[in-house]
Amino acid sequence: MEFSHILFLGLAALAVVAAFNVILQRNPIYSAIGLIVVLCSLAALFLTLSAQFIAAMQIIVYAGAIMVLFVFVIMLLNVRAEETRIDKQKYLKWLAAPLFLALLAEVMAVVRYVDLTPQPLPSANGAAAPQDVLGTVENIANGMFTNYLIPFEAASVLILMAIVGSMLLARRERKEDVERIEKALVAQLEEEKFEEEVAA
Amino acid sequence: MVPLSWYLALSAVLFTIGVVGVLIQRNVISLFMCVELMLNAVNLSLIAFSRLHNDVTGQLFVFIVMAVAAAEAAVGLAIIIALFRSRETLNVDEADLLKL
Repeated sequence: MEFSHILFLGLAALAVVAAFNVILQRNPIYSAIGLIVVLCSLAALFLTLSAQFIAAMQIIVYAGAIMVLFVFVIMLLNVRAEETRIDKQKYLKWLAAPLFLALLAEVMAVVRYVDLTPQPLPSANGAAAPQDVLGTVENIANGMFTNYLIPFEAASVLILMAIVGSMLLARRERKEDVERIEKALVAQLEEEKFEEEVAA
Repeated sequence: MVPLSWYLALSAVLFTIGVVGVLIQRNVISLFMCVELMLNAVNLSLIAFSRLHNDVTGQLFVFIVMAVAAAEAAVGLAIIIALFRSRETLNVDEADLLKL
């Protein structure tokens, strides 16, 4: 057994155990910690697949930004009282185990019968390239700013929309604020009407 | 070199765990984290196939998926906050109407 096999098995076992921790914990803060472990071990697995840039992004964007957002919301909302509530749909738990096995068997059967021999990495002079050139920042940028420029720009517009939308959704609406804004709008409209009449 | 089918098998296992989590969890934040788990399992598949074909396109897809996941997390958590303000609960069984 090579070192890379042992590395993969260790990281995979860590990811699976942490994933089970995510779905079996009742308190969401423990689930969040489990998810962070999954994300970090997946980042290490990305490195073994020569995806260096994506591995860095996984740590920065996922484990950094998104999980901080999750932990922030968990802390903001009072989740202590939620733990004691009773499940209304207990049968889903018993449905979950056979579904788990069926889906797993299905995907494994497909994985087994597909030819999965990695192709040698290409290089400029035709010789076999070293293993770590595929996912460099240069290669990613070459693809992203030539062939896939439109999806990239669409993603930036999507993120802008998400920022505006989430601010609109999470805003607290106070009654007196709404009344104040309505009054100001009505006053402005009346002023404009008055000016139009003066002009006429 | 680790066989690529191992990576795909791990991806399948993680995705299935995410699906089961959506079925057995009732806390809406935990449900959201299970969805993130599934997204990550698919990301692992995409990167494994990118290595198989020696093409960087799969990694670009993963980048776009990450951007969409960030947007989804922001909007989803905002919806969760709005839901909690109006219902005082995080249980998805309690939130069974489309209006707030």
